[in-house]
Amino acid sequence: MRRAATLAVLAAAIAFPLVATPLGWEFYVGFASRIMIYALAASSLNLVLGYGGMLSFGHAAFVGAGAYTAGILLTEGVPSAWIGWPAAVLVAAVLAVVIGAISLRTRGVYFIMITLAFAQMMYYVAVGMKTYGGEEGLRLASRPVIGLGLDLKDDVTFYYVVLAILAAALYGLHRLARARFGRVVEAIRENETRMEAIGFPTYRYKLVCFAIGGAVAGLAGALLAGHNSYVNPNLLYWTQSGTLMIMVILGGVGHLYGGLLGAVALLLLEEVFSVYTIHWQLGVGAILLAIVLFAPKGLAGLAAKHG
Amino acid sequence: MADAVLAIDGLAKRFGGVVAVDGVSLTVERGGIHALIGPNGAGKTTIIHQLSGALAPDAGRIVFEGRDVTRVPFHDRVALGLARSFQITSIFRTFTVLDNVALAVQARTGSSLSFWRPLAAETALFEEAHTVLERVGLGGRANVAAGVLAHGEQRQLEVALALATNARLLLLDEPMAGMGPEESERMIALIGRLKGTLSVLLVEHDMDAVFRLADRISVLVNGRVIASGAPAEIRSNEEVRRAYLGEEVLA
Amino acid sequence: MTGILFLEQSLNSLQFGLMLFLLAAGLTLVFGIMDMINLAHGSLYMIGAYLMASIAQATGSFWMALPLALIATAIVGALLEISLLRRLYERDHLTQVLATFAVILIANEGVRIIWGNQSLMLNAPAGLTGPVTLPGGMQYASYRLAIIAVGVLVALVLYFLVTKTKVGMLVRAGASNREMAIAMGVNIRRLFTIVFATGAALCALAGAMLGPILAVQVGMGENILILAFVVIVIGGIGSIRGALVGALLVGVVDTMGRAFLPAALREFLSPPVASALGPALASILIYVLMAAILFWKPQGLFPARG
Repeated sequence: MRRAATLAVLAAAIAFPLVATPLGWEFYVGFASRIMIYALAASSLNLVLGYGGMLSFGHAAFVGAGAYTAGILLTEGVPSAWIGWPAAVLVAAVLAVVIGAISLRTRGVYFIMITLAFAQMMYYVAVGMKTYGGEEGLRLASRPVIGLGLDLKDDVTFYYVVLAILAAALYGLHRLARARFGRVVEAIRENETRMEAIGFPTYRYKLVCFAIGGAVAGLAGALLAGHNSYVNPNLLYWTQSGTLMIMVILGGVGHLYGGLLGAVALLLLEEVFSVYTIHWQLGVGAILLAIVLFAPKGLAGLAAKHG
Repeated sequence: MADAVLAIDGLAKRFGGVVAVDGVSLTVERGGIHALIGPNGAGKTTIIHQLSGALAPDAGRIVFEGRDVTRVPFHDRVALGLARSFQITSIFRTFTVLDNVALAVQARTGSSLSFWRPLAAETALFEEAHTVLERVGLGGRANVAAGVLAHGEQRQLEVALALATNARLLLLDEPMAGMGPEESERMIALIGRLKGTLSVLLVEHDMDAVFRLADRISVLVNGRVIASGAPAEIRSNEEVRRAYLGEEVLA
Repeated sequence: MTGILFLEQSLNSLQFGLMLFLLAAGLTLVFGIMDMINLAHGSLYMIGAYLMASIAQATGSFWMALPLALIATAIVGALLEISLLRRLYERDHLTQVLATFAVILIANEGVRIIWGNQSLMLNAPAGLTGPVTLPGGMQYASYRLAIIAVGVLVALVLYFLVTKTKVGMLVRAGASNREMAIAMGVNIRRLFTIVFATGAALCALAGAMLGPILAVQVGMGENILILAFVVIVIGGIGSIRGALVGALLVGVVDTMGRAFLPAALREFLSPPVASALGPALASILIYVLMAAILFWKPQGLFPARG
């Protein structure tokens, strides 16, 4: 049942731009790309938060690090995505290892706060980079170049590239969750002391999980920079980490499609409400509250109950 | 004389102004069951915490199989062959009973930094887990979620988790806690079956179980060992009877 | 004249720190007693500032508006607690994050609907608009001195309330061991509502007092909320004393850092590097401070929970 649904959604996603262009919905192709990029970022947080049980409130720092890496390389004359995107992943991964190594020595609310603090530090670093736009952000000359006969400036092409990356990432998450590593990480979330008592060095596994989440977030950041042709310190502000968290919680913490569902739901909600009123945040807030009160396991939980 | 699998020398721990463990020394012989008894608050669980590595001692040495493990971290001691069960049940409630034990097997069979190959494909791992479950008598409950097990069965799972680590010394912290007579019988039989294949340091309040199972008994009162020896000696020791056993427990 | 500059920045630090304390006090109690992450705390600060600005404009008097704004915000806080937050105490931290984040969205938008997108004018009261000459000849804004006075007064009142009254004792008991407090028959529900409403009033006081100096605008809550969280983590969750010490520390480090660090850097580094690095470093100083304190004392300076 789940496999059929997955294939159906994938087919629909592949078909979407082909349908949209003749209908004059080109804008929505770009919008869909944006949703998928946030789905990637939210899924990377889902690994850390949902599967790993680590309430990281600073995940936006890794998205931002990836975005700025890709953006700076582009500005400095390296337009190739084959360099820019892996570099973004690498920088974000290294940052995640450093931040994780220190933060994971703390517990509970202190862990939340220290990840938040590190993210804010990165925000101010971004603001302080006057050569790369500072507070105003950095406008990028163009989208990155990927070769292979594909032109990323075309929204439809960019859409398919993002779709391929998202699909690969979700498949990777699927495999990881069922592999030894996924089992360990979930068990640590359930009962860390017991895991130590049966011989697992839990700190190590949490750090690796944190780093993988950060690395994938960096990739999402690079894609975001490419999509908008713009990077901005606001990407790293703590409310962005909050938004990512909301997506994961909304979609279903620890479910494979939690990040995807949450990103789709939140961004669609914003878009729908914006059509009717400029006060769309009110509607989104009200819906979120309703979910808290009536659907505590998020959208994936709802689907599981009825599916 | 059997060799000692565990030797504790002058172990001490204080919390603020309270001395919980005050210079405790004892040895556990290979293949035997050594019981540690004493009134509540005597320091028994604190000793278990220090032996397993959850707490760092303020003083003293812990020598396991001839090797000083006093500073070795919690999870590394398990790899060396020293594992514990918990007084307050600490299992993975949302996992099945089989998956619980499989985790312990997984910890010692290769690296878990494996991100691609499905765990379910490792049939050997789950077979080993099944064997452990049979050994503790939970074979029929393998696919039940651990959280819905009866209390007694959860205590059996506690022991199973420690067993599955292939430890050579088990630290069992009140395995019979909260058990009724029938469940206790099963647990006594279980622990009795372990004799000879590995060594056990057993902390217990259930005197019936202690005297039926133990080869040697140490009595802990106020953080100190007041007597150590064969069950018959302990039973007839005047100081022990006064401090702990009371006059009701006779031969 | 670095001596005067130093004194001026010290007073600014004190002023900023005391206002942070007002915010942190309510936050640490809610967190400490109810174990609830309340992201909407900054929204109460914003609502307090907006109410103050409106009432001050309507009545024409700063000092008449102040108590009214405090009471109004306390009522808003109590209503929020009773209608929504009360249901979150038993839920996990993630759910609390989601729900209070939603409250931020609703509050921000609600303020926009009522007051529009422009920032509001809030003027210092007449009589406190000019400078005052301090002993030694230095000039300092009289309004800022008033803020310091109010801050110290509130700190003393809170100290008295928490350590010397029955309610205060109940609050402290609840902060260090909630189950025990409940077991001892404390009417936890009413206590929580009172604590929350008091916290809201403190937020409003900070918002009202800082209004003439900072801008009264939508989103002002998010910026200061994060500082408040840093303060309570440094001070120790659940501790009023920790909130005060933490707030003063943060006030000093942040204000002094921003004032002197860029200049200090220019001693060692070339001007372009110093002017690029200076403000960024100054901004991250308090986070470095927090990380350092957590490293040495992982539960903060004065943790309430044993």
